[in-house]
Amino acid sequence: MEFADAFWVLLLGSLLGLELIGKVPPTLHTPLMSGANAISGITMLAALTLIITADGRTPLLLMGAVSLGFALFNVVGGFLVTDRMLAMFSRKSSRK
Amino acid sequence: MALILKFCIDLFAILLLALGIKGLSKVRSAREANRLAAVAMAIAVFGVLIGSFGSLLESPEAWVWIILGSALGGSLGAFTAQSVAMTAMPETVALFNGCGGMSSLLVALAVRLFPATDSSSGVIETVSIVISVFVGSITFTGSIVAMAKLKGWLSTPAWMQSKIRHFINIVLSVLSFVAIVSLIGGSDNELWLLVASSALLGIGVTLPIGGADMPVVISLLNSYSGVAAAAAGFVVGSQLLIVAGAMVGAAGLILTQVMCNGMNRSLVSVLFGGAIGSTSSGENNSTEYVNITSCSVEECALTLEAAERVVIVPGYGLAVAQAQHTLREVTRALEGNGIDVIYAIHPVAGRMPGHMNVLLAEADVPYEQLKEMDIVNPEFPATDVVLVLGANDVVNPQAKNDPTSPLFGMPVLDVQEARTVFVIKRGMSSGYSGIKNDLFDLANTSMVFGDAKKVLGDLLLELKELGISAKG
Repeated sequence: MEFADAFWVLLLGSLLGLELIGKVPPTLHTPLMSGANAISGITMLAALTLIITADGRTPLLLMGAVSLGFALFNVVGGFLVTDRMLAMFSRKSSRK
Repeated sequence: MALILKFCIDLFAILLLALGIKGLSKVRSAREANRLAAVAMAIAVFGVLIGSFGSLLESPEAWVWIILGSALGGSLGAFTAQSVAMTAMPETVALFNGCGGMSSLLVALAVRLFPATDSSSGVIETVSIVISVFVGSITFTGSIVAMAKLKGWLSTPAWMQSKIRHFINIVLSVLSFVAIVSLIGGSDNELWLLVASSALLGIGVTLPIGGADMPVVISLLNSYSGVAAAAAGFVVGSQLLIVAGAMVGAAGLILTQVMCNGMNRSLVSVLFGGAIGSTSSGENNSTEYVNITSCSVEECALTLEAAERVVIVPGYGLAVAQAQHTLREVTRALEGNGIDVIYAIHPVAGRMPGHMNVLLAEADVPYEQLKEMDIVNPEFPATDVVLVLGANDVVNPQAKNDPTSPLFGMPVLDVQEARTVFVIKRGMSSGYSGIKNDLFDLANTSMVFGDAKKVLGDLLLELKELGISAKG
């Protein structure tokens, strides 16, 4: 990947992020933060790539696996915790 | 072929992620959006596996490590998410966030320490590794400190509140900067200096920040972990990672700003102002309470019986006492008797914006009864009784009346405008900011001392004796 390409991707991604969140009701601040936090665990893709391209070298495999573990802790935990919080809102509205 | 397929999968994953973040900012779609984002992540993982299917076939041992790492991390994450109490949400998010930062840090370190033999590392790769290490370290230590502070494991040491901390943090920043520059310049020795100085910087910046400002810090650190992920994306050359990281980084920044606005604090004053109240509470010479009225639960029940309009102001104390369910029973009883009950939610009630809404939702409080500060404030003069449950700083009139108060300028709930205010509280201790609350001294304020859950339970019994109970 050329640097210029990657840079454009970075720029457009940032702009998209700025645009996505406009007005957020205070109710959703905590779930949104928690959800965004889970998404930031996307770094697990990097850990995954690390393991795949390790070429059998043990230190890389080991660090990749530890890194993957940390990232998945973030992702799985983050999404589940967000879901737990949001479940409380929807349970109520479905009863109405 | 596999590459085109991977490209399509990545594009699809990014689209779903963006829709997920968008949906998370609306109440109705939030839960589905969260699941959508989770599915998007799974698709992204699938894409990586497809894209490198060939090399995966050749190295079965990679599978072992992948499964080992993800099973361990995933199950620990699932266990933590299920077992943690709703009141402990902020520190849990901080913990997860720190681990995300740690992950990016480890990837960058691994690539740096064990570079692939067939490629010489270019400047771009070095720069992205260095950024990933720097931001990843800060995110990790900062988040862990934030968690420890919220849990009460750590308090701010006194020397951290003095000016020395600025000096220390500047020294650490300079050290990090020097390490970054020489690493980019081609040197190899400063890697651990960078790790150490940026990790310490994360601690040094987070430790002095007061508990009330912690949510803002967590949100900011969340934004950092997005940046760290984007940097890791540069390191391993993954466009999807760059986009997703940048998206979270930018969205986190906006959310941080929104939270700051809610508390009427600027980001700069949160980061560099230190713990509010710790340095300036001395300016306020009347720190003693002179006119405290204490009353029994019975009196409180009698006043409630005669009321037509009651506003509940819940705070962190309610959450700690796990009294939201008992509170709901009390309000059901009052409603059953034709009394109008609403809940006034301060933007930062609890420990995190929206924290109180989550807790009250857990106790089945109808969403329509939760009113935001701007809507409730003009209605206080027409309110008969206000019940303040474990809230303190958010109802402190000092924020409006006393320009020397550290709280001055923070938007507060004007509960003192109501006819009668009952403050249910364990004792006379001050709130999270450590500042005296002038509300307690006012003539129309009565204190009901006790644990929120116990007081509400007693209140329920007293109301029942007065013939007030939930109907149906």
